[in-house]
Amino acid sequence: MSDSTLEAIISQEYQHGFETAVEADALPRGLSEETVRLISAKKNEPEFLLEWRLAAYRRWLEMEPPRWASVHHPPIDYQDIIYYSAPKSQKDGPKSLDEVDPELLKTYEKLGIPLHERAILAGVAVDAVFDSVSVATTFKDKLAEKGIIFCSFSEAVQEHPDLVRQYLGSVVPVQDNFYAALNSAVFSDGSFVYIPPGVRCPMELSTYFRINAKNTGQFERTLIIADRDAYVSYLEGCTAPMRDENQLHAAVVELVALENAQIKYSTVQNWYPGDKEGRGGIYNFVTKRGDCRGAHSKISWTQVETGSAITWKYPSVILRGDHSVGEFYSVALTNHRQQADTGTKMIHMGKNTRSTVISKGISAGHGHQAYRGLVRIARAAQNARNYTQCDSLLLGDRCAAHTFPYIEVKNASAKVEHEASTSRIGEDQLFFCRQRGLSMEDAVSMIVNGFCKEVFKELPMEFAVEAQKLLGVSLEGSVG
Amino acid sequence: MLIIKDLHASVGDKPILKGINLTVKAGEVHAIMGPNGSGKSTLSNVLAGRENVTVTSGSIDYLGHDLLALEVEERAREGVFLAFQYPVEIPGVGNVYLLKAALNAQRKHRGLPELDAMDFLALVKDKMKLMEMSESMLYRAVNEGFSGGEKKRNEILQMAVLEPRLAILDETDSGLDIDALKVVANGVNSLRHPERSMILVTHYQRLLDYIKPDYVHVLAGGRIVRSGGPELAHELEKQGYAWVGDGQSGQEVSSGS
Repeated sequence: MSDSTLEAIISQEYQHGFETAVEADALPRGLSEETVRLISAKKNEPEFLLEWRLAAYRRWLEMEPPRWASVHHPPIDYQDIIYYSAPKSQKDGPKSLDEVDPELLKTYEKLGIPLHERAILAGVAVDAVFDSVSVATTFKDKLAEKGIIFCSFSEAVQEHPDLVRQYLGSVVPVQDNFYAALNSAVFSDGSFVYIPPGVRCPMELSTYFRINAKNTGQFERTLIIADRDAYVSYLEGCTAPMRDENQLHAAVVELVALENAQIKYSTVQNWYPGDKEGRGGIYNFVTKRGDCRGAHSKISWTQVETGSAITWKYPSVILRGDHSVGEFYSVALTNHRQQADTGTKMIHMGKNTRSTVISKGISAGHGHQAYRGLVRIARAAQNARNYTQCDSLLLGDRCAAHTFPYIEVKNASAKVEHEASTSRIGEDQLFFCRQRGLSMEDAVSMIVNGFCKEVFKELPMEFAVEAQKLLGVSLEGSVG
Repeated sequence: MLIIKDLHASVGDKPILKGINLTVKAGEVHAIMGPNGSGKSTLSNVLAGRENVTVTSGSIDYLGHDLLALEVEERAREGVFLAFQYPVEIPGVGNVYLLKAALNAQRKHRGLPELDAMDFLALVKDKMKLMEMSESMLYRAVNEGFSGGEKKRNEILQMAVLEPRLAILDETDSGLDIDALKVVANGVNSLRHPERSMILVTHYQRLLDYIKPDYVHVLAGGRIVRSGGPELAHELEKQGYAWVGDGQSGQEVSSGS
């Protein structure tokens, strides 16, 4: 991808979106202190948040984009991005499904996505009248009964500023990294969850309902707090390929688990990966971190990453509380020209802390993939345990897989295990499956799903079924 | 059922099959015997459509189809089954899942409704009794951690479930102790059917004590050098493969049936 294509993508939005009334409600391209102030003003934010954004912006100015990741892309012109635009109007998207890329529609069909949802996912302007809106309202009432807060980030800033102030940036500080600083300065919206003490959230929380109602944009911010003895399972994303005009996505997700609390965060990421030659596609540079702040708390990340042209993300856990538990289960797939540098960090600080890392990487086509994982056992972390298993599966002979494990142990009582394997999908296995009557694609899909089973079993049931289908669809045409 | 005419095939640059002629009629069981390197496994692989074997000339007619023009999975769906000499392991894929997917892919091809989980389980459990397999094997990953005998039984179980028209059993007796051999042979015998043909590829005569073939062919040097009834196997056992020559010299014998 060249700079001019990048530009083309951005200017496309310009062409389609800003000749209309929306124009009045969008900021010009570029980033300055003024931009940050304007975003904050448009969202009617309290003073503390503006100051926080500005501090982040000033830090960002002094920072450099990370260069250590095993990914390659032309430099991004941060002055050529529009950092704020109001929710999109009818005129932005295709008018009907007839105007949508037939390839995309075919994929929706294969994934079994209901008709009315296909339109929404493809960006067809739909008045918010579909079934799930009423469903969402029912859900909200049910959650409110238990004292659970589940709303957009902007709403949380207005309604629960104290909680936001207390926890925002407490897990991922503004200066954490280049993209986190950028996000902190200009984040548009996102999700906010608070589970009060002793409450077990009665349903899987999903961004799905909310995101369909509102475009959250490219700098998403999520904050989830599970108070003492609380439990929540949160699902992010959607298996359907999401169309988005914004090429750069730099989200930040912060999780805080207090004493004895548990957070399970599951992601299925399938942003547009670009075409077969690597043109277009989302750059997904995400900072996700959980803080096991209380004793006996637990945070689990489960991710299925099949989309985006470039993925750069390391969902991590800081094991601060004694006896806290961190888990990371990941399936990452790169096909065609996709690149992914992903993994996790497990930072053991408390005593008797335990972490488990299971990473399954699949590379096909010219896909390029790296697992990068850090296990750090601090001096005070008596009896810490880590088990890491990191497997790569290669399809074809033009793809690549790398593993970069970093292990730092400062306490002699620690027990750290690392297992890694790389294998090529077996001709023998494929032949065997086909000899039993399965098509090549079904055979590949079956073998790959088998490879990923340990991760899929960590996903909530309905998500797991979708993820399996998704892998199959994403791998189509990669073998044979 | 199957008519192989003057089949030549190579693996890489190396010619392995040098003019095979063989006709198998419905319901017949043919044993193909021969020393190591004679081309037995290559013949099995050609029939199943393995890509590392290149057919250089000749033809194979299967139930009126040009078999060589069909993809691997198309052959399978038309009823060609290969019991593997070395069944592969597929980690993470449940045995029962593979079986069900395979059966339904084949049923779909034949215009039959797909079986649901209940009907399928009833069917497969029935067949497992025949193979003296414990139900727990259904839920283990395909062949993963299976003993040699369990793997071979699993192959015949797949055959019993898929009910092929033409079954090729490639060295199914290899690596089996006598008890396991009997179980496998019982399973195979119970699948003999006037509409089903079988090709038993084996190095040793011992399998043929338990599965009685209608015809025995001896393969050497990429050709069938001798054909006859079951008694040919006994003769071979007594005299050894040296008796039939290496197939390079001597007169080519056209196959029986």
